[in-house]
Amino acid sequence: MTGIVVATGQVSEDFFRDRSGGGCIEENRLFCPGWVIENADRYLGPTLEHLLLVGSAVIVGFGLAFWLAVLAHRHRWLSSPFLAATGILYTIPSISFFFLLLPLTGRGMLTAIIALTAFSLQIIFRNVATGLRNVPDSVRTAAVGMGLTGRQILWRIEIPLALPEIIAGLRIATVSTVALATLAVFANGGGLGGEIIVGSNITFKTGIIVAGSIAIVMAIAFDGLLLVAGKILSPWKRATP
Amino acid sequence: MTDTGDSEPLQADPGREDDRGRSGNERRASTVTYSEATKRYPGSDTDAVHELDLKIPAGEICVLVGPSGCGKTTAMRMVNRTVEITSGDIEIDGASVLDRDPAELRREIGYVIQQIGLFPHRTVAENIATVPGLLGWEKDRTYARVRELLRLTGLGEDLGDRYPGQLSGGQQQRVGVARALAVDPPLMLMDEPFGAIDPINRTRLQNEFLRLQATIGKTVLFVTHDIDEAIKMGDRIAVLREGGRLAQYSTPLELLAKPADDFVRDFVGSDRPLKRLSLIPMAGISLWQAPVVRAGETADSYRSRLESADLPYPLLVDGEDRVLGWLEPDALDGAPVPSVPASPADPVIEIDSTLRDGLSQLLESGVQFAPVIESDGRLAGVLSIEIISEFLSTGDGSPLQDTVSP
Repeated sequence: MTGIVVATGQVSEDFFRDRSGGGCIEENRLFCPGWVIENADRYLGPTLEHLLLVGSAVIVGFGLAFWLAVLAHRHRWLSSPFLAATGILYTIPSISFFFLLLPLTGRGMLTAIIALTAFSLQIIFRNVATGLRNVPDSVRTAAVGMGLTGRQILWRIEIPLALPEIIAGLRIATVSTVALATLAVFANGGGLGGEIIVGSNITFKTGIIVAGSIAIVMAIAFDGLLLVAGKILSPWKRATP
Repeated sequence: MTDTGDSEPLQADPGREDDRGRSGNERRASTVTYSEATKRYPGSDTDAVHELDLKIPAGEICVLVGPSGCGKTTAMRMVNRTVEITSGDIEIDGASVLDRDPAELRREIGYVIQQIGLFPHRTVAENIATVPGLLGWEKDRTYARVRELLRLTGLGEDLGDRYPGQLSGGQQQRVGVARALAVDPPLMLMDEPFGAIDPINRTRLQNEFLRLQATIGKTVLFVTHDIDEAIKMGDRIAVLREGGRLAQYSTPLELLAKPADDFVRDFVGSDRPLKRLSLIPMAGISLWQAPVVRAGETADSYRSRLESADLPYPLLVDGEDRVLGWLEPDALDGAPVPSVPASPADPVIEIDSTLRDGLSQLLESGVQFAPVIESDGRLAGVLSIEIISEFLSTGDGSPLQDTVSP
């Protein structure tokens, strides 16, 4: 156990058991694969929690921001106030947001999800609004002139055409929420952040690397999934250079 | 109101009254009537369109033309209520557009705009099927109609699966026209439809549309700022001036021959005579009778013909009346006609070219007159610069009726 300084009492002695017997922990190398294999089960729970945090925040955030953007598209004067409001929520540091919410929602996952959702609104709102605005006027004029109603134009023309930008917004929002959700631990909201905190208090860094890597892989996976979904949903983009 | 009630026989108007019903495919063309139709935009103290009175007969192309800001597009868009009428009325086949649900009204009127406005995320076939889809047509019927339109507009059926972004500008505009024709509307609104196309393709598209119109016989409101396009496309032309006031409403020929005032005269341009010539086919005027002679003819046989002819140069033709060339005026002098001309006939003008083309050929060859031939090569007569200048000097606006040769 030499060379390892335990700064808090949160880590049990069991944490440092290295059954691979390679002496990696004793030498305090940066990364100990044997330890990872030994402790893999330790990350299952936090990973699922992390997925839940990100998934709920992005889905709820999308649900809200999408309608706000559609509303602002119909009534242009709403655009500025919506942008300002989501902008404020975007800029509030998440940790302070957690503490602001404490009296209302207490400590726990709900608080974390609310803060993360609030953070994602701005990115999604901006992208949906831009996507809708970027539909060429000529397309809209032709659609009106052919007798499509406002609702038909929105659902059949504007939203499908805005899809690439909407998906782009979702990708940014998802990836940044994966990163930000590591702070949920401060609201006692779980997620991979717990494992990073543990690692930050000790000089043994393998745990941080593992938790961080899981978050990175998760972000890349979400990003890739959305990218593919976007391509499938907008075949005309592929057909036209 | 400068409507002259011109009686030029244009597109027939079979049973317009019977076509008024909206059932079935029998309807072809609508009559559109503007009655003091006025548009004033909120916050403006002048009218964009001022008490416009226009009657567009069924099956005709009416071109709204004028300088920018004259309200021509506004006037057109009042018909399908993409611009709401401030006062006055517009009737389609006697029914006010104000009594109709705007979206339903628009589905019955074909609409083509300069920027085309194809839906980039939908294939060509899906674009064309837009209004059939809104009207709830069955799949088979829509499919058949889309194929028909792809053929009719010269696009070809295999283009149906492409996306608009994969087509050239000209092809996209053809799709725009096909899409507007999808439910066989009796009325089409076309807002500078060929304005964004390069000159070569524009001419091609104009000709294609005129050919198409000859078979479909729609009523068309066509907006352009280009007087040449107006003259080419229009059965009638409504010239608008600033403030949406009607300056003149007449046939292209009358517009060129008798502009109502200085504004119209300026707008039409200083080359009105040449524009008029471009409207008249060679068959539309009386050509000179040439002193025709055939090889071997004797003086007795040709003398009277030479004396009564409009020009002194004998024209040598073969046994089937095909032009061989000119002879010198005094070359015959009582002798039999030789079999070889003194000079070849150059140019030879074809009967289906316009007077403008004919004049151009005369000028290019530096001659005063030239033979005109039928499509089968037989001599039709002789065109001279004198005929053309006489035609232009009559200027009564209806040379067709006066000078049509049998």
